[in-house]
Amino acid sequence: MSSSSSGIRYGMVIDVDKCTGCGACSVACMSENNIGVLPDETDKVRSITWLRVYQIDNHKPYPDTQIAFFPRPCQHCAGALGHHTPCVSVCPATATDRDEETGIVSQIPTRCIGCRYCVAACPYHARYFNWFDVPWPDGLDRPLSPFVAPRMRGVVEKCTFCFHRYQRAKNKAFVDGSTVAEKDYQTACTEACPSGAITFGDLNNPEHKVHELKKSPYAFRLLERLHTNTAVYYMSTREWVRRQADNYLSHEKLAKVQAGGGH
Amino acid sequence: MDDSKFWPRGTTRCGTVPFGLWMLFCLLMLGWALVSAFLVLYKGLNQTNMNDYFAFGVWIVVDLAVIALGAGAFFTGFMTYVLKREELKNIINAAVIIGFICYSGAILMLGIDIGQPIRGWFGFWHANVHSMLTEVMFCITTYLIVLIVEFVPLILENRQINKVPDLHFFAHNLHTIMIVFAATGTFLSFFHQGSLGGMYGVLFARPFAARTGVLIWPWTFFLFILSAIAAGPSFTTSIVMITEIVSGKKLTTQKTKAMMAKVSGYLLLFYLVLKISDTLYWAFVQTPGMGLSPSVYYQAPYGTWLLIAELGIGGILPCILLLSPQVRSSYFILLVAMLLNCFGVTMNRFVMTIQSLAIPVLPFEKFIAYLPTWQEWGISAGVVAYGFIVFSLAYRYLPVFPQEPKLNPTD
Repeated sequence: MSSSSSGIRYGMVIDVDKCTGCGACSVACMSENNIGVLPDETDKVRSITWLRVYQIDNHKPYPDTQIAFFPRPCQHCAGALGHHTPCVSVCPATATDRDEETGIVSQIPTRCIGCRYCVAACPYHARYFNWFDVPWPDGLDRPLSPFVAPRMRGVVEKCTFCFHRYQRAKNKAFVDGSTVAEKDYQTACTEACPSGAITFGDLNNPEHKVHELKKSPYAFRLLERLHTNTAVYYMSTREWVRRQADNYLSHEKLAKVQAGGGH
Repeated sequence: MDDSKFWPRGTTRCGTVPFGLWMLFCLLMLGWALVSAFLVLYKGLNQTNMNDYFAFGVWIVVDLAVIALGAGAFFTGFMTYVLKREELKNIINAAVIIGFICYSGAILMLGIDIGQPIRGWFGFWHANVHSMLTEVMFCITTYLIVLIVEFVPLILENRQINKVPDLHFFAHNLHTIMIVFAATGTFLSFFHQGSLGGMYGVLFARPFAARTGVLIWPWTFFLFILSAIAAGPSFTTSIVMITEIVSGKKLTTQKTKAMMAKVSGYLLLFYLVLKISDTLYWAFVQTPGMGLSPSVYYQAPYGTWLLIAELGIGGILPCILLLSPQVRSSYFILLVAMLLNCFGVTMNRFVMTIQSLAIPVLPFEKFIAYLPTWQEWGISAGVVAYGFIVFSLAYRYLPVFPQEPKLNPTD
């Protein structure tokens, strides 16, 4: 796995077997990042959910039916070369950027021209375009976070791994004369998850829990075969879950083609 | 109202009433586009049926198609001025006007398609040199300037405007240095036709669109250039032939048309050999490597009929027809062959845009179809109406076809 120039690469390990699909992570994310509520939230292909929870099943009839949930934030790809995400390189206006210090892929909404080329490039549907002006009815604007600017119509937005929290942690570390500790920088979804399914930290730092978790034989990443080299790992002991994380030809065995997972 | 003193010398045109009615029809179409554009700019892109799955829609298809079809301008310019094919001087004016219409229409459309039109210039100011779209933006804008420079002398050759000595000399001097602009246009066009193809080929996480390639250029880069220069001359000649049918006049000789057809035919053959090789490699090597079977790509309504329509009806068939000397000496079959060639390139742009986005990549994602709204159709129709208006006015008042007075001696 590649890393950033500083050697830090923030990422997540999400234990699918622990996820109950409660959606607390999505709600926390929306609240933390000032994601508005549109008049028609049933139009799911146009509503904005930085962290979407997908429900999957094993395609078997009752009573053998099993379900699982894939919470899907932005995957913060690095690509085969370690710095080439599907989205960053295509943006004509440099409105999205992969931070070499942290490996976090960010979005600059005020520079975005709204061409949606990055939306087309992302296979995870992690990028959202503001098709509507977000209404902030009286009262709903009061709990807005001052740390994240609300976005306007016509621009793309996405999960930033709560980058403002990293900036805050970095400021604190600077004042303290230390480095950013694992507990000082945690995303809102990680904190909100009641079952502890989401673990966040520096994938390259042996002192962070994610460093060990990603080495699990049950760890895998979404669409590993496309060489997106994501920073979000998933874990499941169930093979049918792992198989749905990527595309396989019918004769292919899971273990043979899995490229990422446990290294 | 008699406007005959503005007609090109030695020609006649239809009366003002039928021409006015035609213009009225075009203006009505343009009105539809203006209402649509107002709604989109005022209310936002929610007026379309695009969504986070179909980030691109019919506008990008039309954009890419008209830019490919407008390639007749640069390639005919290249053959006329750089390769010195004198015969093509009889059609170069029409090629330039059509190119101008296609490129300006595409840029107008892109201005509406982006979510923040006022920030359109950010692509130049905050240019990301790694993005194929940046290259497209730079090249189509600069090439449009080249096309304007090529179009201006023709406008100045209007019978009345040309009476002004300064403008007459200005037009004449521009003509004498046209080779510089033709060469610049060729350079710019090669790159943006390629970058438009590259835009899809570099989407390495979108298996339908992604292609391998050479250095930083995916194969689609070269395939888009080739398909554009194969279809462009066909489109230019088709428009000239349709104008001939509508006006009842002969505007260029069959020799000129046949030369354009021959160029189109051979380029199409070259393109098809590479495109079919690319498709086979993509379907049987690259796609299985990503864990997918080609059958996944062709789901209703985007079934294998698209492949047959694009490469069979719009590719192999016109190629065979255009390479046949009998067809090139005919009129209507030649026109059909050229229109089929244009259909093929349009289907290619449709497939690369819409089908690329329709294929779900995550195994647990759903397949979603897309149909444009009336506003999207309105703006697409507006580009066509704009083309009709500019070309009709140009034909009526400018000496577009140098052979016209000689070929229609009764006028």
